[in-house]
Amino acid sequence: MSIQTLSTGRRAKDLTVRCLVYLAFAVAVIPLVSVIYLVIKNGMARFDFDFLYRSMKNIGPRDAGGGAYHAILGTLQQVGLASLMSVPIGILTAIYLVEYGGKGRLANAIRFFVDVMTGIPSVVAGLFILAFWVLFLDLNYSGFAGALALSVLMMPTVVRSAEEMLKLVPDDLREASYALGVPKWRTIVKVVLPTALTGIVTGVMLAVARVTGETAPLLLTVFFTDSINANPFTNAQMGLPLFVFDQAGRPNDTAIDRAWAGALTLILIVMLLNLVARLIAYWRSPARGR
Amino acid sequence: MAAIAVFLIAEAIPALQANNSSFLTELLWTPNNTPPVFGIGALAFGTIMSSALALAMAMPVAVGVALFISHYAPRKIAGALGYVVDLLAAVPSVVYGLWGVIFLVPFMQGPSEFLNEYLGWFPLFSGDPVVGRSMLTAAIVLAIMILPIIAAISREVFLQVPRMNEEAALALGATRWEMIKMAVLPFGRPGVMSAAMLGLGRAMGETIAVALIFPATFGITFGILGPNGNSIAANIALGFAEAGEVGRGALIASGLVLFIITLVVNMAARMIIARRSGASA
Repeated sequence: MSIQTLSTGRRAKDLTVRCLVYLAFAVAVIPLVSVIYLVIKNGMARFDFDFLYRSMKNIGPRDAGGGAYHAILGTLQQVGLASLMSVPIGILTAIYLVEYGGKGRLANAIRFFVDVMTGIPSVVAGLFILAFWVLFLDLNYSGFAGALALSVLMMPTVVRSAEEMLKLVPDDLREASYALGVPKWRTIVKVVLPTALTGIVTGVMLAVARVTGETAPLLLTVFFTDSINANPFTNAQMGLPLFVFDQAGRPNDTAIDRAWAGALTLILIVMLLNLVARLIAYWRSPARGR
Repeated sequence: MAAIAVFLIAEAIPALQANNSSFLTELLWTPNNTPPVFGIGALAFGTIMSSALALAMAMPVAVGVALFISHYAPRKIAGALGYVVDLLAAVPSVVYGLWGVIFLVPFMQGPSEFLNEYLGWFPLFSGDPVVGRSMLTAAIVLAIMILPIIAAISREVFLQVPRMNEEAALALGATRWEMIKMAVLPFGRPGVMSAAMLGLGRAMGETIAVALIFPATFGITFGILGPNGNSIAANIALGFAEAGEVGRGALIASGLVLFIITLVVNMAARMIIARRSGASA
């Protein structure tokens, strides 16, 4: 008796699918390579000292020079403020969900809404803050309004990732702590949070990286400006994504060059955040062996 | 959530009352004229059309990528390759927009003309002026942007397929494709479906990339190669700066429609996931 070989038809089908699957992966990687290559190539042209330390004040679209200092400053402030608001609330919500809510009705409802909120289009979050802050409360466009919109987007992501991390903390640790007579809140602060800390930090950094690139909500809440405004609470500010959007919409080569340089700066910031987050996750993860 | 809906509705009502035609069917968008006339018709059509096209393009590739990482790539580098695909999601949307408008739009001129010439009998590819800055280009950019999320969720689902099922299929002499067809795909179908719906929601809400690419016209045409196309989100981004009182209200009303559409799509997706995990637990 000999081992039967596969019929040609079946083998051909298997091979075709294998090729298609490899092809799919190649197709997915092409745009990534193309985007990164073009951003680096075109962005380097204007990625210089002037770009990082000057604003666009008194510089027309056709003039060369000009920089994104005002935009970088605005982005850092807006994202920083958004993080200050959404990270504590997000982590506290996650703690409630895991440690107190359990499988209760309320916790499940919160979970469902947090899930659905992750899918809210960013432009709708921007409109919401516009309707609430600018139109209803009659306050000005400002960096803070942008930060509010960003935190609407950031909160669900933080809650989700922090919840996943807290769930990974073994119950044995909690029970050991209770057995020593430690009250619940101290158990959470001294045992659960330190154990999950690196995971939570990773999740937060990924969320920060995500909102850093958001443009639409800023467009509706921060508005545009060409000059440096270091106070996020009054008047229009600028953001790096907005800067790219603004410059890319102009037909002049000098503006397009600035847009590419802005895109390069933005990608560098976002990728750096991503990379640091992944490295923390990789090196400090208790489940590294898996 | 409720607050979002309440404030959007509150700010939209005055504009809707000032509107001089039916909001749901009117194609024009001139809320700053007197009398104001605007409607969601053309925008909603553009949103659904571009997202559906993007989904149709992204789905096969995303499932292929997910299969590649879960079942074809060598174990050791699979994680790293998955990370590469995740990087696609890390690129900010405005960068995709810039890339799309500067690189992809001129690049698509050739292929678009080719499609028009040889497949022009098919309604999607018909039409006379063929340009790079078209619905098709915008849909391609959208497809690239939603690919990572669909691929990531599908990959997770494929990795959850019970090892036993796969080994049983292989033991019966199935080739790898037959094993995937018999064991992996049936198990993963609900997960892949919900991934697709999440991707659809993402595509419909995507603003900046398409705002840079769409030629922003108002009308309903099925030809995806011509200079037309718009979406609710893109219109908000482009129209906001020059909108007056009524115009802003009108944009908020359109945002409300977008909010409701994406909410329904996302909820449906979550429902599918929840039902499945409930059944398997």
